[in-house]
Amino acid sequence: MNAPQMPLLSVEHLTMRFGGLVAIDDVSFEAPRAKITALIGPNGAGKTTVFNCLTGFYKPTVGRLALRHPARGEFLLERMEGYAIPASAGVARTFQNIRLFPGMSVLENLLIAQHNVLMRASGYTFGALLGFGGYAAAERRAIERARYWLERVGLAERADWNAGNLPYGDQRRLEIVRAMCTEPVLLCLDEPAAGLNPRESAELNALLTFIRDQHAITLLLIEHDMSVVMGISDQVVVLDYGRKIADGTPEAVRSDPAVIRAYLGEPEQAAPAQP
Amino acid sequence: MQAQAPGPAFDFGAALKDAGLVAGVVVLLTIALVGVRVQDISSGPAVVFRFDDVVAAAVLAFLGRLGIGLLRARRPLPVLVAALAFALGLSAILVHDVVAGGADGADLAHRLLPFASAVVNWTIALTAWVLSARAAWLLWYASESALDAEAREARMDRLSARVQDWARLVGPLLLGVAVMLPFLPGIDRRLLDIAILVVTYIMLGWGLNIVVGLAGLLDLGYVAFYAVGAYSYALLALYFDLGFWTCLPLAGIMAAFAGMLLGFPVLRLRGDYLAIVTLGFGEIVRIILLNWYTFTNGPDGVSGIPRPTFFGLPFTANPAEGEASFHSFFGLAYSSVDRIVFLYYLILGLALITNLFTLRIRKLPVGRAWEALREDEIACRSLGVHPRNTKLTAFSIGAMFGGFGGSFFATRQGFISPESFTFLESAIILAIVVLGGMGSQIGIVFAAILLIGLPEVFRDLNQYRMLAFGLAMVTIMVWRPRGLLAHREPTVRMPERPPPAGEAPQETRA
Repeated sequence: MNAPQMPLLSVEHLTMRFGGLVAIDDVSFEAPRAKITALIGPNGAGKTTVFNCLTGFYKPTVGRLALRHPARGEFLLERMEGYAIPASAGVARTFQNIRLFPGMSVLENLLIAQHNVLMRASGYTFGALLGFGGYAAAERRAIERARYWLERVGLAERADWNAGNLPYGDQRRLEIVRAMCTEPVLLCLDEPAAGLNPRESAELNALLTFIRDQHAITLLLIEHDMSVVMGISDQVVVLDYGRKIADGTPEAVRSDPAVIRAYLGEPEQAAPAQP
Repeated sequence: MQAQAPGPAFDFGAALKDAGLVAGVVVLLTIALVGVRVQDISSGPAVVFRFDDVVAAAVLAFLGRLGIGLLRARRPLPVLVAALAFALGLSAILVHDVVAGGADGADLAHRLLPFASAVVNWTIALTAWVLSARAAWLLWYASESALDAEAREARMDRLSARVQDWARLVGPLLLGVAVMLPFLPGIDRRLLDIAILVVTYIMLGWGLNIVVGLAGLLDLGYVAFYAVGAYSYALLALYFDLGFWTCLPLAGIMAAFAGMLLGFPVLRLRGDYLAIVTLGFGEIVRIILLNWYTFTNGPDGVSGIPRPTFFGLPFTANPAEGEASFHSFFGLAYSSVDRIVFLYYLILGLALITNLFTLRIRKLPVGRAWEALREDEIACRSLGVHPRNTKLTAFSIGAMFGGFGGSFFATRQGFISPESFTFLESAIILAIVVLGGMGSQIGIVFAAILLIGLPEVFRDLNQYRMLAFGLAMVTIMVWRPRGLLAHREPTVRMPERPPPAGEAPQETRA
């Protein structure tokens, strides 16, 4: 068991090059356990690329991504296959442009998130096909987990709707709880507040703090909405042109001259850009 | 607006122009296909012109289009009068011809319309009836606003949802009819043969549905697995003298193995690219079968494939010395239809196994993962679903059912050659799946009956047969682009009552 003081995720010297283009240049930061770490920066700063490296969509050119799972030990994410990162290391993510299974029901979306658990329970299909027990109970447990999360975001009544027919804000929330159904230890959210109105943003804040406080999940989020970033994050990492320019509490980052320069372009006495 | 407003302003010239355009298109389409034919006459081949057919088709299309134009402009009365008169007249003539039988003067319709086939004439009469019914409907509900495309789509979706509801009743009913079919009155050997063909395609459609409908992998080379199954059985029987029941599972396994072999390198491709590779694979298999003469007998095919036995009892009139055959064992009189009935039940059983398997696996995690992969592969990867393995299972299970079907085909025909496994077969099976509504089991049944059964019944159309086939496909794709019964039921529903308190999942970690 790792010492609980060790951060859940350590990103060390992460560099990602696409040909001659350096998208991320030697970025190191840590995500402490059961805290919300926000990743901010102007457009094109490399935030989503960091996510794609963490979740196995890209293989980093250089760097070490160490995730210390409280029950399963340490994983080096840069060496793992994309699908194995959520399955074994417990890293779940959402996407900037929502990626649900629009033609399937809300409940089915949440059951696919529990695919690996259910696959084992169904004896890799053979057992359940031949009628060996255990699968029905596992599916019931999976449905109860789904119900728990759907009630949390107020979608339980619409569990049998097609996911594609939900309003935009509900689709965002559904994507987050779908990620939660994979039982992650690290949840990476790519602009969860994009396109939400202020009331929905506030609800999102409540949901994210609930996930952090009640389920002890570590969150990493990319966000432009400063009300979300400043309201709930415990730590803010600022990227600009692929480099880390600041790292600290929201208050410290807010007054950091380098951050102000990155957002506003000139060293004046101004608050960070409000969108 | 007044209630009796005659609708939008009507430009008669534009309607004429539109109808003329349609008639021109008809001329262009039919002039080469129908108007010019090469026929054998005593002095050798000669070109025969039949422009009367073309002219008649163009005139009918012109009138029909004009009628539709008038209906769109809410001028139903003239259409009703003309179409009804035409429909009544033509129907009367056709009925007269049928009643008169082969007697003299029984070809009134032929004097009126140049088309060789009565089916075409009947279709024209039917179209006229539909047109007049539509006109009457418009006249009746003059104030009814026209449905736009979206409303019509929504209405069709509700309708297909209702049909799917009926499927619970229709399914067992169809099954009952299918089981009783050989004993129904009026079923002769020819119809039973057609039924076997239709059920074979239903089974292949259900098999391909796993790959295309559920997993969303466009497979244009499905016939390759059908061929692998057929040749597996034929060659195992030829070289090792194995019987049908031993070979059936082996053929399935070999086809599944072929599916994996193909799937492993190509399943990283998506959409059109995958379709092209599978198309190539289908051709490769056929060409190997054609050219590996020493092993597969090449274009000469494999003959003398053993017939299936009823638990070891052959269906022969005169069994060998000291052996029983089906009829002697059960003390029945020998009938050559027995074997056909047995083949029918065999393929019906195989098809039902395919269906039950699909229905069951859709509700299991792997089936749900297939559908999720069809919806969004990247999201699947972010949720820990292994994309390649999951696709590979879909591909090889689909191939396995293709192999079973092929094995049945070989035993039914008794002779196979690479000619039976052309791209056209793949296209027809795929058409059945797409037409039925991707992923809909009952839709595939209807589509197979429509695509395989009707052309067989309408052999009378002879040269127009494929034309009619194409026309039917185009009509359905225009009218219902997502297939006949494209309505998806969720595989699982949220149970009604929440659980007792305190059963929330244990999420918090130490």
